[in-house]
Amino acid sequence: MAAPFDLNDDSVVVVIGTGAGGGVLSNELAQKGVSVVALEAGGRYLPDDYVNDEWESFGQLAWVDPRTTSGDWRVAKDFSGLPAWIVKAVGGATTHWAGASLRFQPHEWKAATTYGPVQGASLLDWPIDAEEMDPWYEKAETKLGVTRTGGREGLPGCNNYLVFEKGAKALGYKDVHTGRMAINADWYDDRMACQQTGFCFQGCKWGAKWSAAYTDIPRGEATGNLEVRERAHVARILHDDGGKVTGVEYFDADGNLQMQKARIVCVAGNSFESPRLLLNSASSMFPDGLANTSGQVGRNYMRHMTGSVYATFDQPVRMWRGTTMAGIIQDEARHDPSRGFVGGYEMETLSLGIPFMAAFLDPGAWGREFTSALDAYENMAGMWLVGEDMPQETNRVTLNHDVKDQWGLPVANVHFDDHPNDVAMRNHAYDRGKAVYEAVGATRTFPTPPYPSTHNLGTNRMSENPRDGVVNRWGQTHDVSNLFVSDGSQFTTGAAENPTLTIVALAIRQADHIAKQMSAGNL
Amino acid sequence: MTDTLSRRTLTRRDLLARSAALGATFVVGAGFVGAHNAAWATEVKHLKPATMATLIQMARDIYPHDRIGDEFYAIAVKGYDAEEAAPAVEAGVAALDAAAQGKGHASYLAVGWERDRVDILRSMEDSAFFQQIRGGLVTGLYNQKAVWPIFGYEGASYEQGGYIDRGFNDINWL
Repeated sequence: MAAPFDLNDDSVVVVIGTGAGGGVLSNELAQKGVSVVALEAGGRYLPDDYVNDEWESFGQLAWVDPRTTSGDWRVAKDFSGLPAWIVKAVGGATTHWAGASLRFQPHEWKAATTYGPVQGASLLDWPIDAEEMDPWYEKAETKLGVTRTGGREGLPGCNNYLVFEKGAKALGYKDVHTGRMAINADWYDDRMACQQTGFCFQGCKWGAKWSAAYTDIPRGEATGNLEVRERAHVARILHDDGGKVTGVEYFDADGNLQMQKARIVCVAGNSFESPRLLLNSASSMFPDGLANTSGQVGRNYMRHMTGSVYATFDQPVRMWRGTTMAGIIQDEARHDPSRGFVGGYEMETLSLGIPFMAAFLDPGAWGREFTSALDAYENMAGMWLVGEDMPQETNRVTLNHDVKDQWGLPVANVHFDDHPNDVAMRNHAYDRGKAVYEAVGATRTFPTPPYPSTHNLGTNRMSENPRDGVVNRWGQTHDVSNLFVSDGSQFTTGAAENPTLTIVALAIRQADHIAKQMSAGNL
Repeated sequence: MTDTLSRRTLTRRDLLARSAALGATFVVGAGFVGAHNAAWATEVKHLKPATMATLIQMARDIYPHDRIGDEFYAIAVKGYDAEEAAPAVEAGVAALDAAAQGKGHASYLAVGWERDRVDILRSMEDSAFFQQIRGGLVTGLYNQKAVWPIFGYEGASYEQGGYIDRGFNDINWL
């Protein structure tokens, strides 16, 4: 049967969310002839719709449904109702992402073994490794057209990169380049080359950056096997007496509660919404939440160690001209405990426009110390710091029954405390970032605190032993055989790298597994 | 000067006299606040003109940019001149004036040096009023497209084809 599918069609795979995980999974399944209904909470926006204006775009794309926060992280103070800066739209955060596409380093799949015991951290090895992931990474890089992989060229360096590169080389850093980016340096896969326009975070108006919104989603739909229902907010996953999921209840675009039957359900709503949905699906059989007999749903929330360093110079940089994330230093990504912490971090250029710089450079600050920095905006360069943070059981997403969303459903509370390892790594990264710019003659540097999280990981983590996590090596929940998790919430540990490439690789691999198991009659 | 001054001139003299008492930063008249040189003016409907003038000074003292004119600060705080917002803002500005008076000044606007006004603001920076004004300015001031060129920021470039041929890598001092 071809799309659109009937609500009572119980042969379909229901995918919840259409971002890097759900969007890719939906297309990959559709390409294999599997019938898929993808339920997306947001609307559909394409390159013509994107707006090169930071706040207007935020209003168009960002997920701003209510959430609450707690813990000692500064985001809980500066942006208490906005713990994450992610997207509510077809394609999810692949619309907003900067495009950095890095593989995990081999040792990062085995963080517990490599790092040894870290007090207060719930480190665990992934049940999969670099060798197993290698072919899936290659497929993901081909899909995304990642530069500096598969014989593809790198992007040219913009002003912000040229400052960064010069400082990096002055310090003796070796692994410095314009990144492995899912942004075309040349025409690739029916998408044009980067025009150095900036505004990568606001959706690429040229389509030069890969996004599921205008690649995987329409291609899946073109097969006739994928139906995407927009503005469909899933409220609950249903199951039968045998403990198998049978369908999902969702609020449609008109606010009416609908029920879509399903053969398999795949949850890919990001690391806040995915555990929230499982917890909101509690039943008499699963009183602590669906697939939560381990008690691990919502736990081990990771957001990467992040921070930024901006610097001003005595002459113009004009960092906003060109690719938002335009280059990388990878020398600090190694695991080297002599630096005073385990794991490593990447340094990646970043630029913000004046409106966001005012909001994020030093949230809450005022007076001349702050405004004189903005006065030097034209002479400013910037980088983002992103490294592995420690999973902690108490960093978790729970239901806040005191606050309800527009559907009357309890919202996610996001609790996060920095681990001492995160703090030590951030301080090291601030020092090195500052040194990079001082080597080029910076007149002032600004160690900028973390923004609302864009890398939201863990909360349904993958584990060999069902006691330690929520899903197995395929993203299949330990408790419910026809329920999968398909987004970054399945990450066992976060590694130092931007997560999208790994989410995409896992989704391609999961689609392959699900299709084979369906053919074999096991699902 | 003669006794046959036009009504317009009289009004101006009258306003200048009033603004002098307020610290001489603004021309404050019945129902409006403006610049001495009449480069800009904003009407007030629900706030007292002196309250709006104080808000504009407070906005500049929170986010001082010497190359940004008062009109942009006025636009940033104009939204408080609304029926619902006015009572809380009048109370907030009254508290600000009271704090200034506690330090021996006639009013907040009468404080001559920025550092002295900033001291007063620091003493009340945890108040809901201060945080409301500061928080509102983050978008109210910096999201005005007209101020972006003052910072050198060029905004959207898609319409011009991006910077691929317009200086994305034109840095020449490295």
